[in-house]
Amino acid sequence: MNEQLLHILPLLVTLINFYILASRRLLACVEAVALQGALIAFLPLLLHGTSAHAVVIAGGAFLLKGIIIPLLLIRAMRRLGIAREIESLIGFVPTMVIGVAITAVAFLCADVLPLAAQHYQSLVVPTALATMSCGLLLIITRRKALTQVLGYLVLENGIYIFGTLLSEALPLMVEAGVLLDLLVTVFIMGIVLHQIKREFATLDTSPLTELKE
Amino acid sequence: MADILLHNLLLLLLAPLLPGVIGKTKAFFAGRKGAPLLQLYYDLARLARKGMVVSDTTSWVFFAGPVLALAVPLLAGQFLPFGALAAPLSFNGDALVYVYMFGLLRFFTASAALDTGSPFEGMGAAREVSYAALLEPGILLVLLVLGRLAGDFSLQGMLSSATLSASWHGSEVALGLITAALLVVVLAENARIPVDDPNTHLELTMIHEVMVLDHSGPALGLIEYGSALKLWLTGALVIQLVVPLLLPPQLGASALTAAFVVGQMLLAVIIGVIESAMARLSLPRIPALIIGAGLLAAFALVLVLR
Repeated sequence: MNEQLLHILPLLVTLINFYILASRRLLACVEAVALQGALIAFLPLLLHGTSAHAVVIAGGAFLLKGIIIPLLLIRAMRRLGIAREIESLIGFVPTMVIGVAITAVAFLCADVLPLAAQHYQSLVVPTALATMSCGLLLIITRRKALTQVLGYLVLENGIYIFGTLLSEALPLMVEAGVLLDLLVTVFIMGIVLHQIKREFATLDTSPLTELKE
Repeated sequence: MADILLHNLLLLLLAPLLPGVIGKTKAFFAGRKGAPLLQLYYDLARLARKGMVVSDTTSWVFFAGPVLALAVPLLAGQFLPFGALAAPLSFNGDALVYVYMFGLLRFFTASAALDTGSPFEGMGAAREVSYAALLEPGILLVLLVLGRLAGDFSLQGMLSSATLSASWHGSEVALGLITAALLVVVLAENARIPVDDPNTHLELTMIHEVMVLDHSGPALGLIEYGSALKLWLTGALVIQLVVPLLLPPQLGASALTAAFVVGQMLLAVIIGVIESAMARLSLPRIPALIIGAGLLAAFALVLVLR
């Protein structure tokens, strides 16, 4: 059962990556990121059994990634009156193709990395790499600041997946610190979003590249 | 011999039930009573008794469409196993024949539509073939994944429940991905929502249905029957794939076949639910869906090859 879940969970995470890359609606994207965060929160339990350490990490991650941060984002969307369409620098089909290509590369190349013996051939490492690169792709290709925040969250999800492999060796304080950092970052991004909106009356980040007096 | 007979009887007799099940499901969600389950059988009987109206401008190509609409599914059905019933015909590489027989059917349906000279039908034909061109790599990638897992490129070898239940054990991720891709293929191939709306009667938005506007009487009956058979055959791929996952492998032959038939009906219910819950995608967004399905299959292929 555990073994099968460890196969299915990375698959779901990867599918959610593709969905986020292909989706045009912002709210659907936020919900997908929330679902992804909630799903990967259970990874420590699957990998390390139900020790107190793993339960605390999983609970904290579930609360933050699955509930609090998405609610913050949805609230920010409401307050800023963000339109539902997502704007992309390149088309949706090319984004999807690139996303699948980098995911495929992640799956092909993961075993080339110098991994610990028990992580060899596991699906968790390539999924972590693929999720990170999909997050990066989202940050690069999307124009609106809020979707870039989503990209950052997906990127962080990937890092979290990678981190769960180590979480036995990692002290709890480090994990808690990372989660707290994430929360604070989303807070700050919320404030930045607000500023961008007030300054430019849009959340498009492309005007930010122009220097003006 | 008895198996071959039963195989073909299942296909010929039960296929027209599927549109009825889809219709009932949609009616349930819409709060209506809906047409009877056997509506397509009545329709076929009615159409067979009617005369045909044929435009003066058409040639024999106009009739090739309906004839092949029946002939192709009948032949293609011989390559597919239904539950424990083995495929009557099987050789290495018949998966390609299976795919391209439907390509042949599409060619003649589109040609018959163009033969009428009606601009609407020409438009429908253009749409049909352009989406089919996007769909084809997806189907082939799915078959490649199955062939690689089974080590055999005949549909019988790929889809036999013994090989599949072994594959579901080791590579459930790849098989899960291609099941999702196949579901999109089934919806697109059979002109179902979200790709095409079989109930629409506005020529500008129609894809598949617009091509058969000029056919009437027995010819239309052949096309309707043929599309029911096609729904059964494309659905059979999904059912054969999923049944070994859901049921224990030591099941008897007759139970496996019964599970296959029940699975077909369930798939029809699922299609009905999808049609009730979703709106049709706008035309420019359909390629994204179809290419997405193909990409899932491509990713699955990478997984099984690594």
